Order: sequence, then C-alpha cells, then structure tokens
Amino acid sequence: MAHSNSRRNFMATTFQSVGLAALGGMLWSGYTDSVKASPLVLRPPGALAEEDFLAACIKCGLCAEACVNRDTNIDRDTGKPRPGTLQMAKGGDSVLIGTPFFVPTEVPCYMCEDIPCVPVCPSGALDMSSLLNEKEELDINKASMGLAVVHKESCIAFWGIQCDACYRACPLLDEAITLEYVKNERTGKHAFLLPIVQDHACTGCGLCEQACVTEEPAIFVLPNDIAKGKAGDHYVKGWDKKDQERVKDAQGLETKTKRSEKSSADYLNTELEL
Amino acid sequence: MMKNIKYLLLRRTTQIGLLFLYFSANAYGWNILAGTFGTSYIFGTIPLADPYTTLQVLATGFVLGVDVLIGAAIITLFYFVIGGRAFCAWVCPINMVTDLANWIRRKLNLDKEEVNYRFMKRSARYWIMVVGLIVSAVVGVAAFELVSPITIMQRGVVFGFGMGAAVVIVIFLFDLFGVKNGWCGHLCPLGATYSVIGKYSLIRVKHNADTCTACMDCKTVCPESQVLHMVTKESISVTDGECTNCGRCVDVCDDDALGFSIRNFTKNK
Repeated sequence: MAHSNSRRNFMATTFQSVGLAALGGMLWSGYTDSVKASPLVLRPPGALAEEDFLAACIKCGLCAEACVNRDTNIDRDTGKPRPGTLQMAKGGDSVLIGTPFFVPTEVPCYMCEDIPCVPVCPSGALDMSSLLNEKEELDINKASMGLAVVHKESCIAFWGIQCDACYRACPLLDEAITLEYVKNERTGKHAFLLPIVQDHACTGCGLCEQACVTEEPAIFVLPNDIAKGKAGDHYVKGWDKKDQERVKDAQGLETKTKRSEKSSADYLNTELEL
Repeated sequence: MMKNIKYLLLRRTTQIGLLFLYFSANAYGWNILAGTFGTSYIFGTIPLADPYTTLQVLATGFVLGVDVLIGAAIITLFYFVIGGRAFCAWVCPINMVTDLANWIRRKLNLDKEEVNYRFMKRSARYWIMVVGLIVSAVVGVAAFELVSPITIMQRGVVFGFGMGAAVVIVIFLFDLFGVKNGWCGHLCPLGATYSVIGKYSLIRVKHNADTCTACMDCKTVCPESQVLHMVTKESISVTDGECTNCGRCVDVCDDDALGFSIRNFTKNK
C-alpha cells in the first residue's frame, strides 16, 4: 500500500512540475516575443537582419566599448572622450534589453574608416564580411544601417528657403544626398535646391538627421525594412538585361479563356460578346 | 569577539574588483577585462563566455563565432575544477544584493518558520534552466538574457542602469520579504547551470564531525543549507553541486570543523 502511495505521489509531483514548467514557458515565450518587436531601431554597421541579429547578439557590449573608446572620439576642445554612438539598451529604452543601437539625434554614426565596433563582435551578430569591398578591405561605405528619408512638407528647402545642411553633413558628399535644382515657379526667378537621398549610397549613419535645422528633423533615418518597399518578382525592367536574367527560367502560366483563343488584334477589332 | 570574515572579504574584493575592471574597460578604455559576462576578453586576447548564455544563443539556431565557443569552454573547464557555483559566490554581482537581503532577514528575524514562505522548491531552477533553452529555441532570442538580473546589473554598472535597476530591487525585495534565498537558491537558471558544471569539482568544503560542537551557525549562514547535511554526523566533504564555495560556513565556524580542501575521490562514495 505504501508502495503504491509513493508512486502516486511521484506521478502527481511529476505532472505538477511539467505543468508548471509549461505554464511558465508559455508566459515567458509570450513576454519574449512581445519585447522582441522593436522595429524602429538602428543597429551598428554590419548588423545581420534584425531577426537574426536578435538571435545572434550575446549582449557583451564590446561594440559599444570599442565605439566610445576609439582614438578619434576625443573632444578637441576639452581633450576628453565624447559619448559613444552605440548605446546598450537598458530597461525602459523600448529596444530589446542589452542590445546595441544608436539614435542619430543624440549621437550619429561617424563612419570611422577602421570600423572599430565590428571586428570586436565575438558572436557574429555584426558581420564583418558584409563590409568588405572588392579589395577585401573593411569599407564603412558598404554599411547599410538604414535609409535617410526626407519629409518634403517640413523640409524648408522644398519651401524655397536655401538650406543644404543635410547635404553638407553627409559623409558621402554629393553621393548619398544630391541636390536637385528646380525652378521656383512661384517667384519665377529663384531655384529650389532639393535634397534627394540616393538609396544605393546612403549608409544610414544619421549625420544628416543630426544636422537638420528644423524643430523635428525633416530628414531622418529609418531601418531598411521600414524605409524600403519591394517590387517583388512580378515586375521586370524590360530594358535592363541584368534584370531580365532574374526571370530567365520563369515558367509561363497561360490562362485559356474565350478571349485568348484569338490574337489580340483580332479580339480587339471584333465585337465579340463574352 | 571579532568575527571571522576572511572569505567574505575576499569574495567582496573579487566581486567588486571584477566589476570595476569591467566598468573601466568602458569608462577608461582599459583592456584588462572588457565586455560583459555574455562574452569578455582578458587583455583583448583570451575569450571568456557564459556557458548558459552560449547555450541559449545556440538554442536559437544561430551558429556562434568561434571565440564565444572557446570562451564558454574555458569558463566551463575553470568552474568544473574550482567548483561551479564559485561563480555565484565570488563573481556574480547579484550575490551582493541577495546576501544583503539575507543579512537583513536575519536581523529582522524574518527567518522564523511562520514568516518564511516556502512555496517554491529548490529544484525549480533546473526546470527554469531547461524551459529557458526551449523558449530560446521557440522564440529565436536568448530568453533568460531578457530578464536576467545578473547581466542587467552588470550592464547597469558598466553602461548605466536606466529602468533596469527595478529588476535588481525586485530581486532584493523578493529575497528579503518573500522566499529566503528565493532567487539564488530556487530560481536562477545560471546558478543551476553552474551547479551541474561543478558537480565533480576539486575544491570542496570538508567537515570534521569530531571537533563540531553542533552550534549550527554554519547552517544559519549557508544559502544552500541542505548541502551541509553531514554536519555533526559524518566527517566528509560537501559533494552537492549547489554548494557555492562561498566559505561563509568556514568563516563562522569557531570549532575548526569546516575548511576548504581538495576533494578526495577515493574516500567519498
């Protein structure tokens, strides 16, 4: 009798433990999944796509330490180090805790040539190979942390006021932001100097956002996922041989209807009731 | 009478010293010990990595860099030899928080049976350890790292606390007014991992039942008092993985009945 009791107890406690573990696991998963969603965050150069980055980052902070302690980060006036670009997310930052990020209006990325933050990453969350140029050298211009977007209604250059603050602040001068000269029809004798962001060159460093003179920046960096659309595979540039390569092996899917039995010239010219 | 606090002082020195080195790597650019527990480097060359954090990232399916794997192996080997939970007592910053809670508990007499809530088992941490890996695999992000007061406190010291300080206060209040040794002794999956790692470690507390006067001071201060089951009974070593090698029992023993020794594998069954 005592034997069967202890077995029953064992079963009961085992069930209880497994049940509580399942309960806790589900609550924990729910919490984890919800705090994972922080799409409006800018990551260091070379960061993997956000989903992979969150899995890979081991939250060691070596990138942020390399950023703040780099040789070039000394204030010329005071001789003291300035705050670093990269911050480690704290509780209350609404970024997954312990992961590195930056806010251009606070400290933008200065695009150091030797990219101190990336080679120190031990986990592979910051991918050095994505920043190598043809000569296999680290090249910060390969970075794609985000894309600057201009809100033309609040950008005073679009009002006709002469301002090229973002254009001048851009480290890829006249490449990532170009000025488009447009005649000001309102006055008839002035020109608009409109800042245009070039997607292929912009690294998302945020120097333009920091330099913008309006009360809230009229040019701001958004993460690539959010700033960029995607045409998808349905549309092809017929005039671009390289783009046509993309659909070389595409299988035609023909739809047979009453209309398609005739050639297009025929059915357009006959008054056929369909 | 002057209390013996040799090991306590040594531990605090180690804990605060390591925290200071981590802090200095960020604040002054020192290169002695840079990073955080997740991964750090000694002199910029020897990697160290937390084994449980490493396991969580691996559970997400991400293939980690070699340095992290080597670092985790070094840490595992180190604690495998000197006692897994020596990390808890000698390195972990949360230990200072929970030790303080414990000390106040004793002063306030909150250890009495009637006010000590015991709604959790000490084995809960092993379940949490496993569930943490499963959650990491399901959600695709290291799950314990999102809530770990250990790394939140460490990053707090190095990079600033923000709202993260709340987590540390919660642990303090929980241990003080909730469950005795609630965090370190019941819930922490990191401690659980180190318990597993240090199960067969070489450095052990050894009891001498012949000189013991059964004052039970050791059991009062021990954060894992169940590991001292041999006190007054048998002259053997503490063999449980849960022992943190903190040496508090050695400190408080006035009878020379407890001391560190190298484990004797031949004698112990």
